[in-house]
Order: sequence, then structure tokens, then C-alpha cells
Amino acid sequence: MKIREGETALDDQYLLSMKNISKEYFGNRVLKGVNLNVKPGEIHALVGENGAGKTTLMNILFGMPVIYSTGGFEGEIQINGESISIDSPHTAMNCGIGMVHQEFMLIPEFNVTENIKLGREIGEPTALSKIFGNLLEKMNWTQMSKEARKALDSIGMMNIDEYAKVAGMPIGYKQFIEIAREIDKTGIKLLVFDEPTAVLTEGEADRLLEIMRLIAKKGIAIIFITHRLTEVMAVADSMTILRDGEFVVRKDVKDITLTKIAELMIGRQIDKLVDDSLLASRDLSDNKIALEFKDYHVDMPGERVKGMNIKIREGEIFGFGGLAGQGKIGIVNGIIGLFDTQGDVFAFGKRLDLSKLGEALRNNIAFVSEDRRGVGLLLGESVERNITFTAMQIKDQFLRRIGPMKILDKAKADQHTREMIKLFDIRCTGPSQTAGSLSGGNQQKVCLARAITMDPKILIVSEPTRGIDIGAKKLVLEYLTKINREQGTTIVMISSELVELRSLCDRIAIVSEGKVFSVMKPDDSDAAFGLAMAGVREEEAV
Amino acid sequence: MKTIKEIYESIGLPRLIIGLFFICLVVVSIILGFSPAALFSDVVRRWLMYGTLVLAMVPGIQSGIGLNFGVSLGISAGLLGSVFAMEISFLRNWNEVLGAGAPWLTLLLALIFGIIMATILGTLYGLLLNRVKGSEMTVSTYVGFSVIAFMNIVWLSLAFKNGELSWPLQGQGLRNTASLSGSFGGLLSNPDVVQSTQPAWLHWLAFKIGDFTLPLGLILVFALLCFFVWLFFRSKMGIAMSGAGENQLFTTSSGIDVDRMRILGTAISTVLGAVGIILYAQTYGFLQLYNAPLMMGFASAASILIGGASVRRAKISHVLIGTLLFQGILVTALPVANEVIKIGTLPEVLRIIISNGIILYALSKTKGGNQ
Repeated sequence: MKIREGETALDDQYLLSMKNISKEYFGNRVLKGVNLNVKPGEIHALVGENGAGKTTLMNILFGMPVIYSTGGFEGEIQINGESISIDSPHTAMNCGIGMVHQEFMLIPEFNVTENIKLGREIGEPTALSKIFGNLLEKMNWTQMSKEARKALDSIGMMNIDEYAKVAGMPIGYKQFIEIAREIDKTGIKLLVFDEPTAVLTEGEADRLLEIMRLIAKKGIAIIFITHRLTEVMAVADSMTILRDGEFVVRKDVKDITLTKIAELMIGRQIDKLVDDSLLASRDLSDNKIALEFKDYHVDMPGERVKGMNIKIREGEIFGFGGLAGQGKIGIVNGIIGLFDTQGDVFAFGKRLDLSKLGEALRNNIAFVSEDRRGVGLLLGESVERNITFTAMQIKDQFLRRIGPMKILDKAKADQHTREMIKLFDIRCTGPSQTAGSLSGGNQQKVCLARAITMDPKILIVSEPTRGIDIGAKKLVLEYLTKINREQGTTIVMISSELVELRSLCDRIAIVSEGKVFSVMKPDDSDAAFGLAMAGVREEEAV
Repeated sequence: MKTIKEIYESIGLPRLIIGLFFICLVVVSIILGFSPAALFSDVVRRWLMYGTLVLAMVPGIQSGIGLNFGVSLGISAGLLGSVFAMEISFLRNWNEVLGAGAPWLTLLLALIFGIIMATILGTLYGLLLNRVKGSEMTVSTYVGFSVIAFMNIVWLSLAFKNGELSWPLQGQGLRNTASLSGSFGGLLSNPDVVQSTQPAWLHWLAFKIGDFTLPLGLILVFALLCFFVWLFFRSKMGIAMSGAGENQLFTTSSGIDVDRMRILGTAISTVLGAVGIILYAQTYGFLQLYNAPLMMGFASAASILIGGASVRRAKISHVLIGTLLFQGILVTALPVANEVIKIGTLPEVLRIIISNGIILYALSKTKGGNQ
């Protein structure tokens, strides 16, 4: 192992030091020799795109079972210069590592004290407990509430009543209770905040940052995971940037600019995902609009769209990018009809009434959902049924009329399925294999085949390459380009993978907080993309 | 070796165990001196008798409501249809006016009444089940119980003139068990009834080969029903319904109203329940009112589970295999128990233990559960 400059001499100054960490999930390397060093009393930001490896790194730090059930990891973890092995969340807790969860792990029907003291209740011996063991001890409520009060006060939450029930409290309060619970643990040395401000209002978020400074001042180190780069600049002392599972740099915040961070996060070669020969130019005109959104809202929890305005031209490949939770996923789910929508959507100038099921499908719009197993497939049914289902229901294909009934035309369905299996190179034993038993890539091909069977004029694909291998990825992307060029199909592609979007889209809309933040060209700079993803205007980032 | 393993896997352990138990019982009963022909006649008769009620489980499972324990609703509709048809037949004196055609017309009328009522009730029941998504099976169990209790009141208050139906001494209320011997009882399955009441060209409906009785009419009707259900699930609507049961989001995203499909599935299940009890009664020769249908939903559900269905997916073959095994064991177990234990009512107790034991075993084998 190469020794970095200054590392050996300063090794003991770090509270936590994770060295050369690598991790593989089923042959897919998600972490490649990552280092993470945190000093006591320091706020250290961990920055990277979705899929950069932040979550995996934290799972390793906490000894989560998911790590050990998939073959463990390589590398070393040291606390105060001493090498330790963290093999369960319990060990991590004993080492003084705590976590403030993104989703609140609170019991709504319990009050604040009970939640803070959950699992670490203080008991008083009783006659029963002397016989049957300490599980039957009586709770010492005064002591418990006193300690809960102390923890709340120490993060400046004097106005939360320790006897109040958690149910119905504002989200911000729940977050603070969660923090109080971690603080209350004795011997806590390191706290991990995983996207703590994502669900908070602006005022609450400011408050949280203040609390983080307060905690750090007590000598507790903080690892701060966030996508909001402005918060990093405001509160962190130092930072580690990850990109595609690789360690990019560890820097003090005072030595770096926002633009530079954005660039380091995104910066990478744009791989050739599609052959150049396919990328011939077409005539795109602002007068010919395929799909238009006007003040479009989708009420999808976690991916809300809040007033989107965009025009997509006929024959275009249009991309929607942006961070998770910003609303890009909501766009397609609103059109599918899975969530309620407001505002107007026009397809070739005709207003779609999305409250009617199947409205988009009847207007030549087909889609591939990002939730392959949940929405995209009938897992227990055959490949054939999956591919033909929608076209059968919407366009009456693969059916034969017998009297008043429309009966499945098995021969036609079988023939079409075989064609699709060949076209997409779907690896299966035949049309009758169940979709649930296929691999992820082949399942995705089945989803795409189902959409293509509809013979759409507009094809909306959501996360078309999520969780599939590189070969299938290339095939899917090339096919999208091909039908765009050869048949003039308008493609709308929603993806978290910027590289992908930039390799084949004509324009890319970056979605932030449910709106189109900016529409960019694929050859815009890395820094510009990075800032747009973080929701920062270029003029602000000086 | 591989083929043996494949065969084993396609049969499945529960069917293997129950199948072997069934074969054991058959062997023991033959050793004990029972006539195999009579035994098998009985097995076939019971198989067909319960078949349609078990078939009623299929649309419920496929449309996503799970096991339809509320099939008692359809059963009640079928029973109501039957008693109305019998009363009309009595009032119009069909037996004298129409002769051999009278039972046929009564049967037809019972089916029509039953189907109409089951359609209405089934639709309402479907609306109810759409409001309790996720706990359909619990709700349907209690709907099943409630409707039987409600029907008890109805049976008690119907003032019919037909002496076969009403209590012998009073004018109001119907009997517990009404004989169908003067009506459509055994019309499709009992050789004695067919030979004595029907013209010669209909004698093929049920006849004897030695000791073995072949109820050809009933076999045809049941086969036809199975074929219709099979065909339905290959139609556009049936495929949409299966989709709704398998994955609601997928089906919604294909532009199908999942709730409508569930209502339709429930209604078809209820209608099959009505037809099922009428065929049951005609085979049995008696109409059983009041609490008799209380547990039929459980027996039907257990049968299809034993046949290999899960609470999410079911096929016609599951109906055929499951009913054969379940009823086969009940038919053979009783005479064997009678012979082996000769103390008072113990064989009857044993029969109840065995039948409920099979139900319990089948329910413990359910796969999938709520979504």
C-alpha cells in the first residue's frame, strides 16, 4: 500500500480512520480502496453522487448484516489508532459510533423519554425481578426523564416536553429527538448524520446545523452525508469526496470552492455507451412538440413534482436528471396514472386527462417503470404474458373473437414473444418461463419489449439501466437510440446516471425540488452539471 | 433421476402425503371387505358434488381477493333460488302438467333465480371487499358467518305452501332438510331417479356398470363449468383479472381498473357458489338450509389448497386434484373408522377430526398471504 504524504506521522490524530476499504456485491465492485479519516470534534462531510458508495461505506462502519451476508469487505478500520473489527451494529455502538437515521426510527405511540431511552431503560429492582431476572425490574421514570431532559437541553431543545408523545410532532422535532437519543448514549465519540436536512424545512435545517456545531464543540466527531453542497460549505471543517466507489480527495473546506467540489463529484470520462454511427443528426423543430408539461404536479410521496414546465420536441431524446428525491421519478409515475396529478400534459397538442386510467397508453405513449419488480412485471407470469399484456388490453392485439368473447390468440402471442426474445436477446428458456426467475437485465429487456409492443410515438423510460449488467445496459441504450433515429420515436429518459444521459440525450433537464432547475446540453461542463444537481445557480457559487 | 425429481416437485409434498394417505385408506377398506366399486362410486359422486363449490374459489383467488370464505353468500343465493323454484313448481302443479319435464324446469328456474341473486349480492360483496384491501380473507370469513345467520331468519319467516319445504305442522318457516326426491334431486346423477322418471333417451345421464355408478350428466355439467372458467381466464377480461390479482400496480399502469376486476371476480365466484350448491343439492337429493352451509366455505378453500393452489394463484387442475383428495379421504375414512372403532358415536367424532385436520393442514400450507 502506498503511504500518502503525512499520513503516518499524523495517524494517531484521527479518531476514526478507515483505510483502503473495498467491497464487492455479487462481482460488482462498489468500493475501491476508499480512505476516510475523521478527527475528534470535527464535522467531516462525505460527498458524492447517488451510487458513489457513501451508504456502503457507512454500512461497513456500522457492521451491518448486509455486508457480512455478501462476503464481508477488505481494508482496515481504526479507532484512536487501534485496529478494531466491527462485525455487528452492537459492536459499533459499543465503540461509541452513533447514527441519526434518514427515516426516523421512533415509536410514535411512545413519549419522548421512552423513545430516547428505548433499549437502555433504567430499572429499579423489585421482588419479582430478584426471582425472575432484571427484565421484570420497575422503570425508574424520574431518573430516565431527567437524563432525557439533559440530552434534549444539551442540543438546545428546551421547548420539547420529555413527556409528550412522539406521534403528531413536526418532522423537525422527530429529527432532534433522534439526535438526543444518540447523544444520551454514554461514551459516544462519533455521530453519523445521513442526509439529515433532506426532510426539514429551511428554518429547521439551519437549526440542525447549529446543533451539529454544538455537538462538535463537545469533542464528538460528526460524519455529515448530504447532497446540499451549500450546507457543507456552511458547517463542515473537512470533507471526503467519493466518485463511483473511488476515493477522490480529502480536503479542508477552507481550501476548496463550491464549483471545485461539484467538478470533483461528477468529473469523469464520458464512456462511449452508444456507437457514433447511430448518432446521426435529425431535424428538431420548436414548432413540433411531442410532449408538453404545463404547471405539472404529481403527488408521489418522496418524489413530488411541484409545478413543472417543459416542452419536448418531436424526434428528440430528452433526459431528466437530478438527485434522488427531487421529483424526476414522479414525472413518469404521474403519466402512468399511479399517482394523482395536477396541471396539464399535452401529447402532440392534445390534452391528456390523466385521471382516466390508460389515457397515456391510448395516446401512443408507452413507458418503462423504474420499479421493475413492483410495477414493471407480473413476476409469477410467463415472459409471453408480460410482453403481450398491455398491447392486448389497450389495443386488442393477440386476441381472437369467438362469439361475444375475445380469447387469447396463443399462436400470435407466442410468435411475437419469440421475435422480441430474439430482438432483445432475452436469455430465457422460452416464452413460458416466469418473469420472476429471469436476471435483472433480462427482466428489464422484457419491460422494454412490453413497451415496444405498444408501438409508441413517445417512449418514456425511467432508470432504464438501474441494476443491470454492462452488456444489457449497452443493448438497451443502443436500442433506444436506434428506434429514435429509424422510427422517429420521441424518447424521454429519466435517469440518475448523468453519464448515460449525456451520452445520448439531445437536451437534459436537471430536476431540483420538483421543478426543472435548468435545461442543459450534454457537452456542458462537469462543474455546471454538478452545481445544477446540487441546486446551486452558477452566479451564487463563487 | 432428474425426471423423478421433477415429477416429485410438480406434485409437491402436501399432495404426496395426502395422496398416500388416501391410497392407504382405500387399501385398508378393501381389505376390510368393502366393495371397491361402491367405494369408488361414492368417491366420484362426492367429487362432483363439491367440485363446483371448489371451482368458485378460482375467480376469487385469481382476481386478488384470496380465498373466498364468503362463498356462503353464493350458497345462500342458490338455496333461495331453489326454494323459490320449488314453490313455483308446487303452486303451478308442474309435476302433473309437465310430467318428466317438471324437474328440469324447476332446476333451470332455480339456477336462473340463484344466478341473478348471486350476481347482485356478489357485486355488493365485491364493493365491500375493495374497502378492506389487505384483510379480505378475515372479512370474508365473517361475511360468510353473518350471511348464514341472516338466512336463518329468512328461512324461519318464509311462508311457503309446498309441503316438502314447510314444517309439517305449521304454516310458516322452512324445514332444516327438504327432500328433493319429488323435484330435481338426482336428475343428473342418480340412476334410480333417472330410470324411473325420465324417458329412455335420457337414461345415459346416469347408469350402472356392475356396482359402479357413472353419473355422466353431472360429469358433463361439471366439465362444462370447468371449461368455461378455463376459457374465461384466457379471454381479454380474464387475463386482465389475473393481472389484477398478481400485481395491482402493473395492471393499473396498463390502464385497467383493478377495483372493477376484483368486483367482477368476486361476483363470478359468488355465482359459481350459487350454481355449486344447486348441483350439490341435486346430487345429495336434499336441500340443507339453516346452519348446514356454515363450514362449506372452509371445506372448499381447503380443497383447492390441497390441490396445490396458493392464496394468489389457482388453476383448474388444483380444483380437480384437491377435491378428489379431500372428498376421497372423507368418503373412505368413515367406513374404515366405523369398522375399526365400534364404540358409540366415536367414528363420527373421528370423521370430524379428520376433515378439520385436513382443513388445518391445508391452511398451514398457504403460500403468499396478504400483499
